[in-house]
Amino acid sequence: MDGVTSPAPLEIERTESAEEVFAVPEPDVPWVTIVHNDPVNLMSYVTYVFQTYFGYSKDKATKLMMDVHHKGRAVVSSGSREEMERDVQAMHGYGLWATLQQDRK
Amino acid sequence: MPGHFEPLPGGGAAVALDDVEISIIRSLAVQLLELIGPGPAEDASDDPLAELFAEGPSEPPADPVLRRLFPDAYTDPEGASGARAADEQKAHSAEFRRYTENDLRAGKRENALTVVRSLDALASEAAGEGGAVLKLSPRESQAWLRALNDLRLAIGSRLEITDEDDTDLLYRLPDDDPRKPMVMAYLWLGGLQETLVTTLMP
Repeated sequence: MDGVTSPAPLEIERTESAEEVFAVPEPDVPWVTIVHNDPVNLMSYVTYVFQTYFGYSKDKATKLMMDVHHKGRAVVSSGSREEMERDVQAMHGYGLWATLQQDRK
Repeated sequence: MPGHFEPLPGGGAAVALDDVEISIIRSLAVQLLELIGPGPAEDASDDPLAELFAEGPSEPPADPVLRRLFPDAYTDPEGASGARAADEQKAHSAEFRRYTENDLRAGKRENALTVVRSLDALASEAAGEGGAVLKLSPRESQAWLRALNDLRLAIGSRLEITDEDDTDLLYRLPDDDPRKPMVMAYLWLGGLQETLVTTLMP
């Protein structure tokens, strides 16, 4: 630091981004990845994806698959928004229908 | 056994395919590649950074098959609570699409290309023999597994399979129904995928 840098501007330029009109989500509410039911994906394949991608046991992966199948959807992981975006992208790579949302109960 | 993958000792899987089966899978994989479209590499500049930072689309694809392969990440299929929440989901889905869809397309293209390449290698082996045994390495098995799933999603979408009852109806189609060949391919690919995933189960 040589002491001649210009001071930070006092007025921060207002950006009219689309984001701003939305309600600010509570930061401590976790996000979840939801997998939706799909008549095409094989039950064995969905179980396989839950076991290999998330590292879940066969029992847990099978239970989640059955939830997707019978209830139409299941929460398969939770965490930060960035982590859930990574999970959703991976699910789309496998061809599973997944979305993320904040876990408002 | 025809139409069934079996595990290979030391990893990987094998299936016996005849000439017709080889050409059907190859043709479906090529159609999927055409639908997914060429990669950015084919018309991009020489600057690798430009390609790395190239943004994907923000709108969902118009084709229903592509919409199923690249679904909205933030859109709750059970509907948003209110117009404002729906707008928010749409904006977030668009943003997600911009920075993930190119990578997702590249991955699906690579899997389908792996299928085409292994079938082309097999076709020369099968020439004059009527068929041959396809042997996949563990890495190729992964690509095949995902590509078979994408093919079934694509055919399922074209056949408008939207719930479990639709699948039951397909089994009972009369022989003269124009959808019959597509349905046969769909069910056959399902058997291939089912037996392939069994060889990979941890």
